[in-house]
Parts: sequence; C-alpha cells; structure tokens
Amino acid sequence: MRRALFLVPLALFLVLAGYFALALRPGYDPQMLPSAMIDKEAPHFDLAGLNGKRLALDALKGNPVLINFFASWCVPCRQEQPVLMRLATREHVPLYGIDYKDNPANAAKLLAQLGDPYRRVGLDPDGHVGLNFGVYGVPETYVLDATGHIRKRFVGPLTAEEVDKQLLPLLKALNKP
Amino acid sequence: MRAPPSCPPAPSLKVKGRTLARVVTRPCLARAAFAFLLVLAMAAHARAMEPSERLADPRLEARAEAIGATLRCLVCQNESIEQSNASLAHDIRILLRQLLVQGDTNAQARQAIVARYGEFVLLKPPLRPATYVLWFAPAAMLVLGFAGIVLWLRRRATAIAGAAPLSPQEQSRLDTMLREADR
Repeated sequence: MRRALFLVPLALFLVLAGYFALALRPGYDPQMLPSAMIDKEAPHFDLAGLNGKRLALDALKGNPVLINFFASWCVPCRQEQPVLMRLATREHVPLYGIDYKDNPANAAKLLAQLGDPYRRVGLDPDGHVGLNFGVYGVPETYVLDATGHIRKRFVGPLTAEEVDKQLLPLLKALNKP
Repeated sequence: MRAPPSCPPAPSLKVKGRTLARVVTRPCLARAAFAFLLVLAMAAHARAMEPSERLADPRLEARAEAIGATLRCLVCQNESIEQSNASLAHDIRILLRQLLVQGDTNAQARQAIVARYGEFVLLKPPLRPATYVLWFAPAAMLVLGFAGIVLWLRRRATAIAGAAPLSPQEQSRLDTMLREADR
C-alpha cells in the first residue's frame, strides 16, 4: 500500500505525457474545428456566376461534387491552386468554386493568372452562402454527395496528401453505388 | 500638479539618511485599486460593434447583444462575437440580428447559429454526458485533494499517538546524548 503511493506521481506523469503526446502528434491542428454540417443537406444557394453562368445547388445534384470557397485576397488559396488544378485536369473531379467576399474582377484576374480549375464559379460577395455553410475562413472545401448532402469538409488549403488519402477515396466510394 | 488631500504625498522610510521605501498610504492604495478596477470594467464592455449594425429597437438590440456575448468568434476563438473585430464575427452579428427581427426567440436564434458552426460556438459548453468531465473534473479533483490531505493528517496523528513512551534506559541515554551535544 505504502509502495503503491510512491507510484502515484509516476502514474500522473504518464497520464499527462499521454495527453501531451495526443495533442502534439503530427498532423493534428488544435484550431481545426469539426463541421456541424456533416451529413446534413447543403444549404440552398443560387448565385450569379463569374462568366455569366449561374451556380445553383439544385443543378449540381445527381453527382458527387466538390465545392471550394476561395477569394483573390486569400493567400493560402494560391497555395492550394496547383492541387486544385491537378484535381480538375488529371482526376477530372467536378470542382465548383464560390468566390467568397471578393471583387469579381480580382477573382477573374487570379484565375487567368494561375489557371481556372473550376467548372463554374459562383459569386458570394456578402459571404451569406459561406455563413450558411459554416465557413470560418477561406479556403474551405466541401464534398457533396449526389443528393446534395455534405459529406466532408477540408479546412485550409488542400494538400496533396489530403487529396490522395482522404478526398479521392471518398469520391470513389460516393461514385460507386 | 498637487495631489488632492485624499492622497497625501507618500512618507518614506529612511535609514541613515537613505530612502529605503516609500510607504503607500491607504487612501492612495484605494484610489489606485479603484482606477485599476475601472480600467478592467471598461475592458469588459469593449465592443467591436459598429454603430451601423445596431438595431433601431433597443429591446431587440439588448437581446442580440446578450446572445452575442455567449457566442464564440471562430476566428479568434477566445472572444465573443460582440467583442471581436473579425469579419466573420461581424457577419454572425448581422445574421443574429436578422433572425431576431424575423421574430425568432433567443433559443431559436442561438440554435440557428449552433446548427451552422457546431456547439463549439457556445462560449459556455452545455451540460451533457459528453461534457461531464469538463464540468465536474475540477470539483472532483479538489475533493480528492482534500480527501488525500485529511487521510494523510489522520495517519500522521495516529502514528504520533501510537508511539510507545521512552523506557527509563532510553530516557537516560537520550539525556546523556543531549548533554554531550550541549558541551
């Protein structure tokens, strides 16, 4: 009994060390928030498009799609642009953009500069669509299934690793049935 | 500038002509403390809200501010949306006010924002089985700590009380040792 008491600090240390290991593990971002919208129906939107073509949720139903919130003023969006280009040209993923709180002319300039991975781009100048999706920063990428339900959210710039390990397998699974 | 009579110039502690310390008199201390608290109180009411966001109806506005103070800004994460300058906080403030103008109850308006951003937006987490640890762990740790102290004190008391008194031989040996130590 006495002996066991001496082990208490060691046990406490191990528990603490366990918590630290959990919080410091590679790839864990404590700022990342789980989306409250997972498996819920995506909020309705029908937006004016960048090239005159409207972007509406109802028109996207029928196939799993990707919706990427971006803006010309957003630096990490430039960082993920090559990954998006690869998704669009090599993987042929239906990728749609929503230009969040932005000036359309600037967005057009950005896409002309870096390449345009989007099938269509909707304009959300006051950010209300982003608000309805629960966007709290750009870029954010949502995976919608064929019925228009949100299946996954990626916060921050998409990385090649996320695409290969999570996004593509998920799209494959959604495309199967 | 002369100090008002409530706060006389501080007398100083002098030893051999050198000032060791200034004595802060009580009225002075009270005044300093009051000023400090005043600054704190002002900080608590600091708002990031712009006048244009304010609702015309003061009762609705008061409700919106009360709800807003309980909602976390997801960009800064430790400020409420009423305090934060982030544009997201601005958007949520506007949304909240729109919902209230539409006739939502406080609970409905809060729920609409929780539905978008999850329970993380609530600065005060709800009491549910998943949050029991969060709510009760501090009190439980305190109780455990006190229990440990009580246990330890009791055991020590019995250990002292339970010790046998010295025998005459032991007593005389102890006395010799003490005497030698004194020499």
